[in-house]
Amino acid sequence: MRINLSQKKIRDSFVEKVQQLSGQNLLVCYQCGKCSAGCPAVAEMDILPNQVIRFAQLGLKEELLNCRAIWACASCLTCNVRCPKGIKIAEVMEAIRQILLRQRLDHVDINKIPPEKRKEFPAIALISNFRKFTS
Amino acid sequence: MKIAYYPGCTLKAHGKNFEESALCSLKELGIEVFEIPRWNCCGTVFSLAADDVIHHIAPLRNLIRAQEAGFNSVVTLCAMCYNTLKRSKSRFDENLDIREKIQRFMDEEKIQLNGSFKILHYLEFLRDEIKFENLTRQVVKPLKGLKVANYYGCLLVRPKEIGFDDMENPTIMDNLIDGLGAKAIDFPYKTECCGAYQTVDKPQVVILRTAQILKAAQERGADVVAVSCPLCAFNLDYRQKDVRQAEGDFKLIPVLYFTQLMAIALGCPETSLRFDLHEVDPRPILKEKGLI
Ligand code: SF4
Ligand code: SF4
Repeated sequence: MRINLSQKKIRDSFVEKVQQLSGQNLLVCYQCGKCSAGCPAVAEMDILPNQVIRFAQLGLKEELLNCRAIWACASCLTCNVRCPKGIKIAEVMEAIRQILLRQRLDHVDINKIPPEKRKEFPAIALISNFRKFTS
Repeated sequence: MKIAYYPGCTLKAHGKNFEESALCSLKELGIEVFEIPRWNCCGTVFSLAADDVIHHIAPLRNLIRAQEAGFNSVVTLCAMCYNTLKRSKSRFDENLDIREKIQRFMDEEKIQLNGSFKILHYLEFLRDEIKFENLTRQVVKPLKGLKVANYYGCLLVRPKEIGFDDMENPTIMDNLIDGLGAKAIDFPYKTECCGAYQTVDKPQVVILRTAQILKAAQERGADVVAVSCPLCAFNLDYRQKDVRQAEGDFKLIPVLYFTQLMAIALGCPETSLRFDLHEVDPRPILKEKGLI
């Protein structure tokens, strides 16, 4: 993968926004990879949790806003409780999702779920899914 | 003893088997249950965005309803409700800025929430208030010969400030199940996420995880899997038909709430177990073991 780095990207307001929304200091991460090692969703991710943190440090906005990883994350918090630096990776995932959702760029469209399927789901499944994946 | 009880939405519909069996077990234990009036949905997930304040209102209102009725704690059954209620309360307690904002928003509420108000999961209540040894004494039908893999999932044990047990190796359900006379089976997937709400838009992910979790339980010899979350229950039970479709030789395994196992052991009638709400019928194995 080719990655373009620049001071401009690193100082971009996107990095600041991710830190603000997540409440995390991204620079604390030293890329040990423990978050990715225990994440049950890595098989469905294009970039791994530790890479999400790295990309966020470097201000790789487009890569993050277009990745699959943030939607594959189920906020199971395994990464959070295992990070030796105390970084809440799930909160960083949430921050990036929120940047998109707050522009009404929903990930899930209820109309695309067939009505007979909708009936099958318990309230807890639908409400949590819409809370996480819609604006 | 009298407790304030917060049911949450799913326990009034798809999760009736969770609620009815729990209520029957409480009755057998001689505990009076007060369902808090005018309760509302907790929102199911605790908001992880640092600037999000509005989503803490719904869970906190429920606590105020319980406190208004004279209680200083509330017991809940659903692992997701438990996590959301408890985390919103600690966010409210710890962050002065958020607390002030919320109090201003809810200025029509007649009382303010006590710092000492507690949110208890039923498992925690049984362990700490009733005590497992007292519960064992009330068992009328020991679950002899039943091997149970206890699946804790995520939100009952994580993050640290929420969990009432070890995050990597919880044992509270195992201890309860052993106390009921069954045999708890340890298995490596007991805290591995089932995929949760991904079940709505990415069912294939949940189908794979369900297969992985249940096969691990079966390899260790489990007859049934016990859960404390209606979303885990839906995924692990209802997704088995999809696993079957993908893998013809997949062996079905019943998924029960721990409260259903309790209800059986305490002598509750079969009507309180609501087996009609299960996809994989637990009755054959329970009959084989002489439990129903
Ligand atoms: S576990 Fe923590 S320190 Fe290690 S790579 Fe992940 S975020 Fe960085
Ligand atoms: S919270 Fe998300 S990123 Fe972290 S381990 Fe769970 S699925 Fe992976």
